[in-house]
Amino acid sequence: MGLEQFLAGDKPALARAWFDLILGTYPPETSALLQKDKNQFANPVGYTLSQSLSGIIDEMLGGFDHEKVLPLVDQVVRVRAIQDFSPAQAVGFVFLLKKIVRNRAEEGIREKRVSPNEVLAFESKIDQLALMAFNVYTGCREKLYELRVNEVKNRTFRLLQRASLIAEIPEQDTQLKNGKDSIT
Amino acid sequence: MAKVPKPNELVFDYNPPQKWWMDTKPEFRPGTWCYPGKAKNAEVLGLPNPREWSPLDEDWKLPSNWKEIIFEGMRDCLNKYRSLRVFMDICVRCGACSDKCHFYIGSGDPKNMPVLRGELLRSVYRKDFTLAGKIMGRIAGARELNEEVVKEWFYYFFQCTECRRCSVFCPYGIDTAEITIMGRELLNLLGVNIDWVLGPAANCYLNGNHLGIQPHAFKDMIEFFVEEIEAVNGIRIEPTFNRKGAEVLFITPSGDVFADPGTYTLMGYLMLFHEIGLDYTWSTYASEGGNFGLFTNHDTMKKLNAKMYAEAERLGVKYIIGGECGHMWRVIQQYMDTMNGPADFLEVPRSPITGTVFDNAKSTKMIHIVEFTADLIRNGKLKLDPSRNDHLRVTYHDSCNPARAMGFFDEPRYVIKNVCNNFWDMPPNCIREQTFCCGSGSGLNTDEFMEMRMRGGLPRANAVKHVHDKHGVNMLSCICAIDRAVLPPLMDYWVPDVDVTGVHELVGNAIVMEGETERTTDLRGNPLEGMEDMSDEDL
Repeated sequence: MGLEQFLAGDKPALARAWFDLILGTYPPETSALLQKDKNQFANPVGYTLSQSLSGIIDEMLGGFDHEKVLPLVDQVVRVRAIQDFSPAQAVGFVFLLKKIVRNRAEEGIREKRVSPNEVLAFESKIDQLALMAFNVYTGCREKLYELRVNEVKNRTFRLLQRASLIAEIPEQDTQLKNGKDSIT
Repeated sequence: MAKVPKPNELVFDYNPPQKWWMDTKPEFRPGTWCYPGKAKNAEVLGLPNPREWSPLDEDWKLPSNWKEIIFEGMRDCLNKYRSLRVFMDICVRCGACSDKCHFYIGSGDPKNMPVLRGELLRSVYRKDFTLAGKIMGRIAGARELNEEVVKEWFYYFFQCTECRRCSVFCPYGIDTAEITIMGRELLNLLGVNIDWVLGPAANCYLNGNHLGIQPHAFKDMIEFFVEEIEAVNGIRIEPTFNRKGAEVLFITPSGDVFADPGTYTLMGYLMLFHEIGLDYTWSTYASEGGNFGLFTNHDTMKKLNAKMYAEAERLGVKYIIGGECGHMWRVIQQYMDTMNGPADFLEVPRSPITGTVFDNAKSTKMIHIVEFTADLIRNGKLKLDPSRNDHLRVTYHDSCNPARAMGFFDEPRYVIKNVCNNFWDMPPNCIREQTFCCGSGSGLNTDEFMEMRMRGGLPRANAVKHVHDKHGVNMLSCICAIDRAVLPPLMDYWVPDVDVTGVHELVGNAIVMEGETERTTDLRGNPLEGMEDMSDEDL
């Protein structure tokens, strides 16, 4: 019996345990809110977390298709990237899964249903997940700064243009494109 | 050689410290606070303690008698505004508001719960203005006022957009926005403010609009749009400026004049007024609908509001039509009448096209362009071709102030449904009176605050993502200039395939104008549905 099969016996509990550990990274009042309300609009962070974590667990125990995992990791990291977390805390939630898997696998190893090598192999998958999270996190932070830069650029440029304070080089018009006229 | 951290130094604590709220202090991380107000802007507005300072400094250079100033200010506000005293006394900390704030939902910081934001002020009130607080101190939820408290006020009162979603859920009707407003009023007594509020307020006071655009440049900018419209449908519009004797004065936020995509909304206004032949004028002096005085103090708000009415009186117009703005309408609807009103020198607005009398604006004499347009459509006075918006799949963000301060829910939807064929509302707990804020209102729409803006806008973006995934929505409409400026970056971060528009841009696309040439593009130059392959040569 493989580790994946062993863990798959109780997928929802696995996702729940991971969710609970992540809730612990928030202040107590907030973690209570995140698990209380099940409405996806009243509690978007809690909802997104629980949905994405279940999806990630499914993939970790199944095909581990990167195309499917990435959007799920994105949903979680996109939120944590703009919350009050250090970069390590923002992506560190991935490693919490190791803690859970080790705890659960212990019993399987003892009963010889799971080999330690399988645990190591599974942890490598978690490492891949962490690297994915790191990529997403970096992308989110870059996006944040890009938004700032764009905001400043748009503000000044459009203003100058509209106040006729700058003369922009126009796009080549149709005549020029057709070679009917030339710039001499 | 770089210092390599030891393994134990790499371990971080996953769990936040568990301390009582009074013992938890804010950390001024970049992205969570706005740059402080500049001395020159404070001087223009006659605000106290103008100086250069930074929230990162230990010493905020407060006046030496700052405590006395705060207590005196609180006493003054409590005597003047009965609502504040009620809000201070009546809260039973039931928590109904706690999870309704977009900043709390997005940030997870408990002090963004409206109840706790209120406690920041209430704790000081209890200590010095109630007997129980004086005697029992902390047990009664009271605390000493010290500089740390002032810093905390600055941090959290400038992390509230005064959107009032929380007040919808408060069983006592406590308006936390007004608590924030009072908090900012008190901070201003010490010269503690942000420049994104002070700068626009000072510019508006001196030049008539937030950016300090001078009259000739303002006129040039509007004329720029006249050319843009002509390029779309061949119609030449001739707006007038500062024209005495016009029937209507039109005032819109200056954001519509200089910032995309608000500019397309402004083109919509121009087209509509031209088509119905409205006798109206722009003013290059009252060239701002927004009022950042609301985010400063009552005195500045009153001054900036008075300017619009002074201009209406000078020009001798009958009434004012206001553009698609957010907080302008809170000021007009809730404060204008007792600040500067009633505007008896103006007439009760009456549409010259339909004859409808807007009794709802009997005292302020100022009507919203969306209600004006809705009335035109209702009376069949506009020829519309909604198929020109067929390339758009639209949803509507109820801008907080028109929604919760005016109860303005149906008019915008009525207009949108008449000018668009594809419209989907977001789920019920995210719209109308429960609408989620854009996360950048009340003067917080500055770039250094981007991280916090993304937190605050999370619940709104989450609902947009839902209609985007379910119905393919690609356009988020709204009726607020701040929304139009801040929702594009919000969408870019959370739902990149959705763009932002004002309602009158959609009207501008759909309106069939007398004598116009065939349109191949919308106001942004994007091809209309079925016109994707048309190039200039085909015309």
